[in-house]
Amino acid sequence: MKILVGVKRVVDYAVKIRIMPDRSGVFTEGVQHSMNPFDEIALEEAVKLKEKKLATEVVAFSLGGPKSAEVLRTALAKGADKAIHVQVSDAEAGKLESFHVAKTLQKIVEQEKFDAVFLGKQAIDDDSSQTAPILAGLLDWPQALYASKVEDGGSGHMKVTREIDGGLDTVKVKVPFVLSADLRLNEPRYATLPNIMKAKKKPLKNIPITELGIDISPQTQTIEVTEPPVRQAGGFVEDVSALVAKLKEKGFVKA
Amino acid sequence: MRRVFSTQAIQTAIEKSLPDFEKVAGSSAVRTQESVRRQFARDESHFISPPPAVVLEPTNVEQVSKFMKICNDRGIPVVPFGTGTGLEGGSMSTLGGVCISTQQIIGEPQLREQDFVCSVKPSTTRIALNDAIKHSGLFFPVDPGADASVCGMVATSASGTNAIRYGTMKENVINLEVVLADGTILDTKGKGRCPRFAPFQLRFTKTCRKSSAGFNFTELFVGSEGTLGVITQATVKVHPRPQFFSAAVCAFSSVHQAASTVVEILQWSIPVARIELLDTVQVQASNAYSNLSLREAPTLFIEFHGSSEKEVADQTAAVEDICKSHEALDFDSGASPDKMANLWKARHNAYYAALALRKGARGFTTDVCVPISKLADVISETRADLDEHEILGTVVGHVGDGNFHVILPTIEEDKTEHRKIQSFSDRLVRRALAADGTCTGEHGIGLGKRKYLREELGENTIRLMHTVKKALDPKNILNPGKVLPEL
Repeated sequence: MKILVGVKRVVDYAVKIRIMPDRSGVFTEGVQHSMNPFDEIALEEAVKLKEKKLATEVVAFSLGGPKSAEVLRTALAKGADKAIHVQVSDAEAGKLESFHVAKTLQKIVEQEKFDAVFLGKQAIDDDSSQTAPILAGLLDWPQALYASKVEDGGSGHMKVTREIDGGLDTVKVKVPFVLSADLRLNEPRYATLPNIMKAKKKPLKNIPITELGIDISPQTQTIEVTEPPVRQAGGFVEDVSALVAKLKEKGFVKA
Repeated sequence: MRRVFSTQAIQTAIEKSLPDFEKVAGSSAVRTQESVRRQFARDESHFISPPPAVVLEPTNVEQVSKFMKICNDRGIPVVPFGTGTGLEGGSMSTLGGVCISTQQIIGEPQLREQDFVCSVKPSTTRIALNDAIKHSGLFFPVDPGADASVCGMVATSASGTNAIRYGTMKENVINLEVVLADGTILDTKGKGRCPRFAPFQLRFTKTCRKSSAGFNFTELFVGSEGTLGVITQATVKVHPRPQFFSAAVCAFSSVHQAASTVVEILQWSIPVARIELLDTVQVQASNAYSNLSLREAPTLFIEFHGSSEKEVADQTAAVEDICKSHEALDFDSGASPDKMANLWKARHNAYYAALALRKGARGFTTDVCVPISKLADVISETRADLDEHEILGTVVGHVGDGNFHVILPTIEEDKTEHRKIQSFSDRLVRRALAADGTCTGEHGIGLGKRKYLREELGENTIRLMHTVKKALDPKNILNPGKVLPEL
């Protein structure tokens, strides 16, 4: 099984997000970035399958600006064999949507003949959670989303346990398939220095988006980005009657 | 040299200074509400203290400096407060003065990968530091139980379970930015200039790892527990993450055999990464708590790090031989993450397992360290002491360093029991001192252990401590009443 793993370069989860004064988006200049945590989990699962001899090759993929190459190098250090960087400009990267990513993944899958695509369930910057299902639709492949366990299903199938609102749902999917990784699927390994050094020699193919003939014009327009309203200070009241009076005054209780 | 602080004088001075504090950092950084002050009234120790009169929340080192100048001019005591996870009362405002909370001094860790160093602000805890650098293949190894702030760990000279291979804070600090009592800002190893402007930071400090230049001030502040200066930035060493791991667990017929095994392992210079001892009572507790079925005997938990599978396998095999030559009862080992997690389960949950022995108990933990050659005797005598006085306690030790903790699940409200435990702790410290050890391996002196310092260090060293303290803090405003015993 050849697995393609999508990884996205996002603002690191620990960073305190700041909104631009013109409300067009968040500050990303000079801010710490890293691999989307759910993509780390997807990558770890693919590498684990390779170690269990259920997969033969793991290829990391990213659609993004020039700095996405850093995240791909990290993926190589964590066990991917090769990497594919479909490159756009920084300005274009800021406007990419799940649909574009899915179309690009579809092109790569069709060109390079993968048996599975592993993605994180959502990116922590846009929380779209759409790329995996859109891709499954475009490829007409079965999908196993919010995976929390992956096992060999025998005779060309994989058995995937999924976390859903009601509990756990176990499905059997025919290979080739699309998977999205949820939090409890595994605990990603750390990249060690020797592996980081080894990764520098692993192949990283750079493909400008124009070569793939995919239209990345945005389908949505961001009107404004604002912070949630600041929490107002509460007030103390002396006793119950004062509390009731205040509740009536504020219209929470019929006067 | 002791300055007598009167509560009234402090209160008056603080009230007068509130507008000056507000001018330095804004009114939102000056917290006088009781509910806020109470949050800074205790740490993880068992001491009770009044809350500070005011909590100041500076956001940068210049504000800390200005606060210190005001307090120094007016003789107001100041206690720095990090994450409040100290175990000896070091960050409690026992004189009710000013508490400077360092946690609003924010900044992202500055990693210099090729130099294997990283600079952090006080708001960075050790887990946050490791999170920030996890992509680099490097890690910060000192791992005390709590997720403490790294600068706070410098102040208490903290340590963790892998000190035997990676060292304690003393071995892992390169440079410190410190604010002295009179507001002077300095870098113990000197300040370098930042080559280009970058937002949110930056006083780049000197980060070369070796230098013979000047006095060793960096280590002077390590372990000073807020009595010599306020640490506002620490540059620490980071290490390459190990590639390969292995773990082993081995039960022995007696603590003596276990401790002798440790001595021999070290003499064969096997570079173990962690070597921990759980005594029989702790193993029983862990079995009950984590549903395990370990043999109820003194047990060693060992972890190996290496750069190849063969290296860790060789280390494990060598240690197995040594254990067997000391009448090991069982020896189990493994290298897969699952097996290792399983093997170490008892050790990881030790603290909570001990507390679970007694419903409603809080943990009182002792902390002595002795030369390894004396370890077996001291632990055996301690266990005998616990049994003789019918005190419930378990022994968990970083035996590779000669350091062990007795975990005593205690009901806080029971005054008789509290006195019994205090006496036990006192006997334990004196036993350790008699064995050429120290009254505190990792936790610090704080409030409770000042009375042992004279016996441990000797009169001349105590005098020297006072000389240094007087030079750096002549008015004794920095964390008065801590660490230094009276002259």
